[in-house]
Amino acid sequence: MGRRILSSSIRTFSWRTPSVLPGFGITMGFTLVYLGLLVLLPLAALILKAAGFTWAEFWDVVTAPRALAAYRLSFGAAFIAAAINIVFGVLVAWVLTRYQFPFKRFLDGLVDLPFALPTAVAGIALAALFAPNGWIGSILLPMGIKVAYTPLGVVVALTFIGLPFVVRTVQPVLQDLDKEVEEAAASLGASRAATFRRVILPVILPAAVTGFALAFARAVGEYGSVIFIAGNLPMKSEIVPLLIVIKLEQFDYRGAAAIGTAMLFVAFVLLLIINLLQRWSRNRMGGM
Amino acid sequence: MVIEVRNVDKNFDTFKALNNLNLKIERGELVALLGPSGSGKTTLLRIISGLEFASAGSIFFDGQDAGTRHVGERRVGFVFQHYALFRHMTVFENVAFGLRVVPRARRLSNTDIKKRVLSLLSLVQLDRLSERYPTQLSGGQRQRVALARALAIEPLVLLLDEPFGALDAKVRKELRRWLRRLHDEMGLTSIFVTHDQEEALELADRVVVMNKGKIEQIGTPEEVYDQPATPFVYEFLGNVNRIDCTINDGKVHLWGVQVIAETQDGGKCPSGTVPGFAYIRPHDIDFVEKGTEHAVPAIVRHVAAAGPTARIEIQIEGIPNFIEADLSRKRYLELGYKIGQNVFVSARAARVFPASAAE
Repeated sequence: MGRRILSSSIRTFSWRTPSVLPGFGITMGFTLVYLGLLVLLPLAALILKAAGFTWAEFWDVVTAPRALAAYRLSFGAAFIAAAINIVFGVLVAWVLTRYQFPFKRFLDGLVDLPFALPTAVAGIALAALFAPNGWIGSILLPMGIKVAYTPLGVVVALTFIGLPFVVRTVQPVLQDLDKEVEEAAASLGASRAATFRRVILPVILPAAVTGFALAFARAVGEYGSVIFIAGNLPMKSEIVPLLIVIKLEQFDYRGAAAIGTAMLFVAFVLLLIINLLQRWSRNRMGGM
Repeated sequence: MVIEVRNVDKNFDTFKALNNLNLKIERGELVALLGPSGSGKTTLLRIISGLEFASAGSIFFDGQDAGTRHVGERRVGFVFQHYALFRHMTVFENVAFGLRVVPRARRLSNTDIKKRVLSLLSLVQLDRLSERYPTQLSGGQRQRVALARALAIEPLVLLLDEPFGALDAKVRKELRRWLRRLHDEMGLTSIFVTHDQEEALELADRVVVMNKGKIEQIGTPEEVYDQPATPFVYEFLGNVNRIDCTINDGKVHLWGVQVIAETQDGGKCPSGTVPGFAYIRPHDIDFVEKGTEHAVPAIVRHVAAAGPTARIEIQIEGIPNFIEADLSRKRYLELGYKIGQNVFVSARAARVFPASAAE
């Protein structure tokens, strides 16, 4: 159905359509200028800077072992963190929409804290907590789990900053979920587990994937909170944004731009895949 | 299945939704729960289904206490007011849902499920739309999917919450007839909730009129229409004129003259002269010659003559409210009344309650 509506709107498209809400020209113009100045121009400058290299030089910088290790850590940790958040974010959203309990508003507000907190503050706090002599670190260390100054620490920091994304995308969908649909499933003999798996999960999945994509994108670019807890050992716990900063500090602008471009490319491809996934799951909802 | 509701109470916080309710529904009956919103009819339906539990009292299915049974174990088919279809599933999968969630040991094979679903879809005349999604269907089609889905689990009881509420008049009529046939053919026991008295009177074997968490009257459509037990039933069922009057030793004085009327439980009416009120159906108002016994003068105020009956609004001197009178088309054309004309009317039948009977 959605497709049919889309094609008919294309057929009737024209630059001037009479409408109760005028202003297509001015809003579209503003949108283009805005996106151009804020997003495309800096990205173009980045690629232009990297273009100072020959192709072979570019390839050498981008595929240096230290850079490869950093990509692995950055994308891997971001993926794990987003995966953790999709599970616990849905859980938090569930609790916040389904149940009434004291201090609910307070808890709800707490979810946004990772948005508002300066990332460096979060990083320092997490590092202090998970350091071998910190509150949690000192408990985990005897168990042989080292969090601070390891890739695990990176995952912890990225999980922290990514939490609000999943919660805030899933929450409205859960709120809109019709209670009758669950009752219908129950009256047809479905258990609680079957109702969740067959009826609730498919409905919240597209929103959860959106939250996942946002958390992932945010985590890939995260710098402030990670560098305090990661330990930043080259080849081990060094993230890509840090590698770029190091290159800049060594006045290797072209090298920094090359790695930035590579990262941009990978992030773009990954987000594209996630978007396609989202479209696929939304199409399964029957053109809604 | 015989359904028995015994002494059921339901409280929501301080609100008493159901108040000591008793009801017995026989096997194979099609029963309507009729009442205004807030009368507790949907709550009663949900308690019978097991979606809600009674605060006190019990529910019996074929003599067995079903009050603690989970909704999934009661073998009830519940059709929700807004259908509650699974939007992410095709029509086919919606109907198959109840068959697929059965524990593996008792589950039908995929081919049997397919056979059953397709036969249900052809029963509701939707076999050609089995691959559509609910959002791609019209209201009437969604309603039929919801019905097929509820029937898939071979329920003993079919419960419908405002089944035709969201449909336009033509589809509603069609579906009504179709539901009646389905009920008879499948030998189900069915209960449906409605606030539409016409629907209840046309479709049901028996009508349960509810108000404020209590049952006002149970009876066949003719019984509740012709012999309403309480003022509430009178006002809720059909058009009726309510007129203040005086009761004098059981004789009724309307508009200053004595009229033929039957008082509620004649003997129980207080003796002496007491205030009361009378209900007169619009078709029981008669237009008569001047000087006829019991006749009073009136003025024609409004005429609506389109349709099989003509509705005439008249005003009787000293009474501010207009009174509605229905005339057959033929009689209306004979009389040819115009607005402002002076006429004489009398009441063929009226039912009178003492003022103390009003809520």
